[in-house]
Amino acid sequence: MNPESIQVSPGTYLAPAVDWLNANFHPLFEAVTKFVEAVLGAIESALLFLPPYGVIVIAFVLAAVLVNIRVAVITGIALAFCFLVGLWMASMQTLALVTVAVTISVLIAFPLGILAARYRQLEAAIRPVLDIMQTVPPWVYLIPAVMIFSLGRVPAIIATIVYGVPPMLRLTTLAFNQVPKDLLELGQATGASPRAILFKIEIPSATPTLVVGLNQCILLSLAMVVLAGLVGAGGLGAEVTRGLTRMEMGLGLRAGLSIVAVAILLDRLSRGALQRGRNTRPA
Amino acid sequence: MKTAMNDSNEVLVDCQNVWKIFGARAPAAVKAVSERGLSKKQVLKDFDCVVGVSDASLQVRRGEIFCIMGLSGSGKSTLIRLLNRLIEPSLGKITVKGREIAKLNAAELRDMRARNIGMVFQSVALLPYRTVLENAAFGLEVRGVARDERNKTARAALEKVGLADWTARYPSELSGGMQQRVGLARALAADPEIILMDEPFSALDPLIRRQLQDEFRQLTKSLGKSAVFITHDLEEAIRIGDRIAIMKDGVIVQVGTAEEIVTKPADDYVSDFVAGISRIHLVKAHSVMRPLAEFKSAQPHCDVDALLRTSPEADIGELIDLTMQSDRDAVAVVENGAVVGVVTTRGLLRGVAGTTAGEPVAA
Repeated sequence: MNPESIQVSPGTYLAPAVDWLNANFHPLFEAVTKFVEAVLGAIESALLFLPPYGVIVIAFVLAAVLVNIRVAVITGIALAFCFLVGLWMASMQTLALVTVAVTISVLIAFPLGILAARYRQLEAAIRPVLDIMQTVPPWVYLIPAVMIFSLGRVPAIIATIVYGVPPMLRLTTLAFNQVPKDLLELGQATGASPRAILFKIEIPSATPTLVVGLNQCILLSLAMVVLAGLVGAGGLGAEVTRGLTRMEMGLGLRAGLSIVAVAILLDRLSRGALQRGRNTRPA
Repeated sequence: MKTAMNDSNEVLVDCQNVWKIFGARAPAAVKAVSERGLSKKQVLKDFDCVVGVSDASLQVRRGEIFCIMGLSGSGKSTLIRLLNRLIEPSLGKITVKGREIAKLNAAELRDMRARNIGMVFQSVALLPYRTVLENAAFGLEVRGVARDERNKTARAALEKVGLADWTARYPSELSGGMQQRVGLARALAADPEIILMDEPFSALDPLIRRQLQDEFRQLTKSLGKSAVFITHDLEEAIRIGDRIAIMKDGVIVQVGTAEEIVTKPADDYVSDFVAGISRIHLVKAHSVMRPLAEFKSAQPHCDVDALLRTSPEADIGELIDLTMQSDRDAVAVVENGAVVGVVTTRGLLRGVAGTTAGEPVAA
């Protein structure tokens, strides 16, 4: 038998499906594109409306009031770095992109993660999907995303979400499975409603692990911004790509370090904000 | 050390022929048990199901502290969880305050747990991210009591357990004994009639444990609460309980007062348990005395009226003291103004040794 004839090519089945989606659901995809673009644009213009030092001061004060002074200092330094290396606008674009992507990832992953912790079958069904999402190189699902949403920030966000959902989902499930059984029993024995058990026992007990999940989600999403630059989403990713194609070491390094600064900023801010109010003192 | 039983004989918790069978084929096993009366061993062999609680019946009366004593795996923790339906019974009927709890819907059950049945856990189960006060107020919080009111009630409950100065601290700042007091305060804050105590003091060191046992008993009695207290320690059960149920392999082997269990163990298992227990404060005059007529016929020359007198409830310790004070080696037991029996030195020795069988007629 000719070995060629038994080769499997899923693409031959998927490509027509994508074409079909494109042909029949174009208005829907366009609406999604418009919505995401609008949200992104709003965040971006909010960040770029004020001069950089204005944004830095406001961010510093907000972090100092809402979280604590340490986080405020880190926020200030990270933002100032982005400004000083001359990549302010690109940094703000990336910040907006990652914020939107992470928000959507969490909105998908958090409830699904809780459900997976409650229902074993669901977890068993989700796990292989997550494995595939994490191991297939993101370039691959960028192709249909670009085919459907065309070049720009929306396919970049879709790819980022696909990458950001698995860690958040896995760690949400883990966090909820790790809630001590005796605390759940306490909730039941005191006559707490399932809702009260969720909000007053499970989520607070799960927070440390949830913070790790959010942190992973942010870092993986940031890792994707380089890819986003490749499909025309702009931001720091575009600068890195430019540095690579022109062999400009300086530009690449500045953009790369700015990504690190944005990562630190987002991580410390989200962590600080989530841990506020649970002022557990060390034993 | 036992205070008089509460006069009220109102049964708060009534457990009738309750079974709990765990396993994949539990429903079939339950059917077999109810129809054919299978034993534990047969259930395990035929259905591969574990019997957690087997045909348990007990009544807890108002104001009573009811101890359930058993070793690990005896089913005592399962039994206590059946009482507030944290575990659903496989068979049998459980009534709390006259309402059959298996028939309550989810909201009614929550309400009953919130208002009528408190629970204290071996692991304490304090929420680490809440202060002591917030922990103590948790039950009221989930019931929807306003912040000021629940904090006031919680503070009062913490005062009762001697933690008034610790309200703003976090559980990790407290010692094990103090943490368990917070657990007790949390249960008391909701003002339930019944408190379920699931081995609350087992993880504490002996001195603190003793102190908490005494405090718990005193507090429960002064507040007029009923309690079901699980323990694996017979001495603890004797210190705390008005009545004690002994469990073995899911079966309640014996129910009775500490004295009944020590003096009349139902089987070898119970008598092995009570062998090491000091009887001095448990065995009372009425169980070691010889009836007056019998004593008179054995020792016709003894003048009973000249003996020192005591009540039937005097324990062996008191009887020994009396005997030492007197120049005679016998003490008269008086009930309602009449001598009903005589405790001889021989009787005392038997009481201490645990052989309360009849004395030889000729002393």
